[in-house]
Amino acid sequence: MKELGNIALVFGYLSLLTVGGGLAAFPELKSLTVDSHQWLTFPELLHFYSLGQLSPGPNMMMVASVGMWVAGPIGALLALVCFLLPTSLATFSVGRLWNHLQAWRWRFAVQHGLGAVSVGLVLAGGITMARGAVTSPFYAVIAAVVFGLLLKTRINPALPILGSGLLAVLAWRLLAGG
Amino acid sequence: MSDQAAAGTVRQPTLGSIFSTFLLIGATSVGGGVVAYLRANLVGKRAWLDDVAFVELLSISQTLPGLNAVNMSILVGDRLRGGWGALAATIGMCLPGGLLMTAAGAAYGLQVDAPPVTAALHGIAAAAVGLVLAVLVQVGAKALSRTADYVFAGATAAAIVFLHVPVLYALIGMGTVAIWWNRPR
Repeated sequence: MKELGNIALVFGYLSLLTVGGGLAAFPELKSLTVDSHQWLTFPELLHFYSLGQLSPGPNMMMVASVGMWVAGPIGALLALVCFLLPTSLATFSVGRLWNHLQAWRWRFAVQHGLGAVSVGLVLAGGITMARGAVTSPFYAVIAAVVFGLLLKTRINPALPILGSGLLAVLAWRLLAGG
Repeated sequence: MSDQAAAGTVRQPTLGSIFSTFLLIGATSVGGGVVAYLRANLVGKRAWLDDVAFVELLSISQTLPGLNAVNMSILVGDRLRGGWGALAATIGMCLPGGLLMTAAGAAYGLQVDAPPVTAALHGIAAAAVGLVLAVLVQVGAKALSRTADYVFAGATAAAIVFLHVPVLYALIGMGTVAIWWNRPR
């Protein structure tokens, strides 16, 4: 029961941080689930994030994995609902007010100012993830190649992501002397 | 639903067809390009929205906190069929991924010591870093137009990563400064 309460608090709080997308909440996701509550290790969290890359739909459905890992199916549902509900209610309300907000004097300031800050939040999420994922030159090359491919071509991101997984398995087999 | 809210809506669908359409998108949109799948289905195949309405809803969903795909489901569902439409669209969008990732959480314990699985997931995590950086370059090109914007973005990231400022404080602190900097004059 205590863990369920903590799941609700953690993911409800993380919901408020998803300005610019789910990744903005990643540094806090790591700090709360790995460091504070010690529900899982950083590599385990990254593994769930990786599995989430292979999953269809919105990109942070991996919060359900963390909930499942900590407290079973109820934990999964609770993590998902608490992660989505606060911002969903806000979006629903603001969506209806939007036509009135068009004329609001501060609209440009809020949109433009928060736009810049949200780039910083997502960048922090990326750096936090890189610290756990880019642990050797091999993985740095993978990250750099995927980065270049996605910027220079119109390839579906699922392909280089799957390819990187296969490449890493191949490298493991070679090094393990299989 | 007011006349204003219905602007840009071509046809009013049933709750069931909203749910099944978003369920299909939620089940097939692999690779993070949910927006492209949404446009192909809502503007293209179903003709529920025109392009102007789609782009307007997209810009709202990107401005507001929350996951982009979820925000789009809420805004489109609400416009098509009010609050219930928003709920049907959101559940449809999240159900396949949510179930899959719950199953992944359950199965993970069984696989944790298998080195090939660990290697594959590590490779994917590295690829995800490349993906994030590519998205950042694309978003940054639009969101950052002046020197001050780059300073706000850089300072926010540095505060979180190097000074270990909690994301919420960085968001509120830098957000307030950045909004004030852009204040109406």
